[in-house]
Amino acid sequence: MWSLLQIELYKISKRPRTYIAFLAIAGIVLIIQAAFKADPGYLNILLQNVGDTFEVDKGKVINGYFMCYMILNTLLIQVPILIALVAGDAISGEANMGTLRLLLTKPISRIKIIGVKFLASIIYTVALLIFMALLALFLSMAIFGVDDLLVFRAKGDESQILQITKDDIMWRYFAAFAYAAVALTVIAALALFLSVFAENSIGPIVATVCIVIVCTIISNLNIPIIDKNIRPWLFTSYLVGWKGFFYIAIDEENVPIKGSMENWPAIRNSLFILLAHIAVLFGGAVWFFKRKDILT
Amino acid sequence: MLDVKDLNKNFEDFEAVKNLSFTVNEGDVYGFLGQNGAGKSTTLRMLLKLIKPTSGKISFSGKNIANDNNEMLRQTGAIIERPDMYKFLSAYDNVNIFAKLSGIKPTRKLIMDQLEMVGLADRFDSKAKTYSQGMKQRLGIAIALIHAPKLIILDEPTNGLDPQGIADMRNLILRLSREMGKTVIVSSHLLSEIEVIANRMIIIHKGQKIVEGNVSALLDPADTVVEINTTDNNAAFLQLQNTSWQSHLQKTNKTLRLKMNKADVPKILQTLIGMQVEILSVQPRHSLEEYFLSLTNNDTHVEPFTN
Repeated sequence: MWSLLQIELYKISKRPRTYIAFLAIAGIVLIIQAAFKADPGYLNILLQNVGDTFEVDKGKVINGYFMCYMILNTLLIQVPILIALVAGDAISGEANMGTLRLLLTKPISRIKIIGVKFLASIIYTVALLIFMALLALFLSMAIFGVDDLLVFRAKGDESQILQITKDDIMWRYFAAFAYAAVALTVIAALALFLSVFAENSIGPIVATVCIVIVCTIISNLNIPIIDKNIRPWLFTSYLVGWKGFFYIAIDEENVPIKGSMENWPAIRNSLFILLAHIAVLFGGAVWFFKRKDILT
Repeated sequence: MLDVKDLNKNFEDFEAVKNLSFTVNEGDVYGFLGQNGAGKSTTLRMLLKLIKPTSGKISFSGKNIANDNNEMLRQTGAIIERPDMYKFLSAYDNVNIFAKLSGIKPTRKLIMDQLEMVGLADRFDSKAKTYSQGMKQRLGIAIALIHAPKLIILDEPTNGLDPQGIADMRNLILRLSREMGKTVIVSSHLLSEIEVIANRMIIIHKGQKIVEGNVSALLDPADTVVEINTTDNNAAFLQLQNTSWQSHLQKTNKTLRLKMNKADVPKILQTLIGMQVEILSVQPRHSLEEYFLSLTNNDTHVEPFTN
């Protein structure tokens, strides 16, 4: 199994498309960092919703932790597309090259083959997140320094600012990245599932992106019947659940409670739902792949 | 070595393979002959577990391959339709990867020896996408043979090759069989190709077996049809009716056809020359070849061939 995984990772590492995601993330993060370094006035755009309600010391707001939070807020919506580039190619890319039939004439069970491909997709996802963490968190910390994190939050019709002290932040980022890894693994499982049915990689990549877009739109519709009956079942409703780690609980005197989260059960339930999606999608991929006739 | 019994494959309503049974013995070069769409590739893919049979049984060394824990695949090398490889990787990487996938731990020497055997050692580090079709075919062979399989399955291995490539492939198949003792199953839609490399063969048509047996017996020279074209075929036909060749004559509108032993061709020519018939062309064909050509040219129902 380890040897198979090594081979799979080696193949992924040799494909130019693998590095598109890393380049895209590096480009976006560096542009945002450079823009804020050059002109912190960009913050006014972000603060326009809360500026009337709260007095905010802008000089104190911009720091490494804040930059990372903002970058994650922007990027984690787009990363699924980048994950689909690799996971959507896993089976269909082999079919397109003709190597799938060669691979399947080797004495390896189909379950192992698809299992290794899924594992490799997860490793790719985690590698992408680690890369993002290095740039968005640690590079931002180096450029902008560290201070307390102010989290701006829209809660119903109200705006809210939560202050997290700098010694209470790092674990939240590790937790958020771990949560994001699970959320993005759903995308990898979806792309892999679609990849089983296709003979070229464009189809599953585009289909994955379309499904994410459609489900995101449905997740964001404020229609009661959808909110109640459909939204809870869509994985896209939980993709931004990582933010829950930054919604710190506050006591009766409106003072944030260090090391706390406002709603851990909601985060836990979101994780379970995401894991259920992964199980169903990967299980489906295995079921169909085992029975697939290789005709190409 | 390989025993196929009552194999069937249906794709929805289409019956691609129907009750196909055949046996491949150890050391055979077994020719799998049929026109395009006859069911050759589907059958070979079922042997390689790429396609699941609708019904039937495939046994390798006495074990049903459905329950053999991939033992047959461990001892099989294959090229299906075209040589497959990772084109973004070098020849060395390709052979290395597929050796590992075949369950062996290849040394650098083993890989280089294999590439040397197919004449690619000097380009071992070049990406496969830079190779010519012939080089890809040779790399495909290196990949298929790296784990020293007992059984080699080659589906239309000469497709897309130039005449030199076709000759090289034939020689390689003969070497694999005669010098290395491998069992080879090779499919083709050309009888002439099977005739020169195989010792046993099967012809399938529309998914059904037409005939199976030893090539030497099936292509017995005593069972030849000679087509002779003259300046006046009708006159020549009438003249031959008054000779001892009468019983060999077959009625046809276009040419003279005689069913006879191939060794007697000079005699019939002498007879015709003696009758001052001007001969334009002579084409001896084995009756099996005649029959196979009739399959290719005629898509209507064909009765099974009887030798």
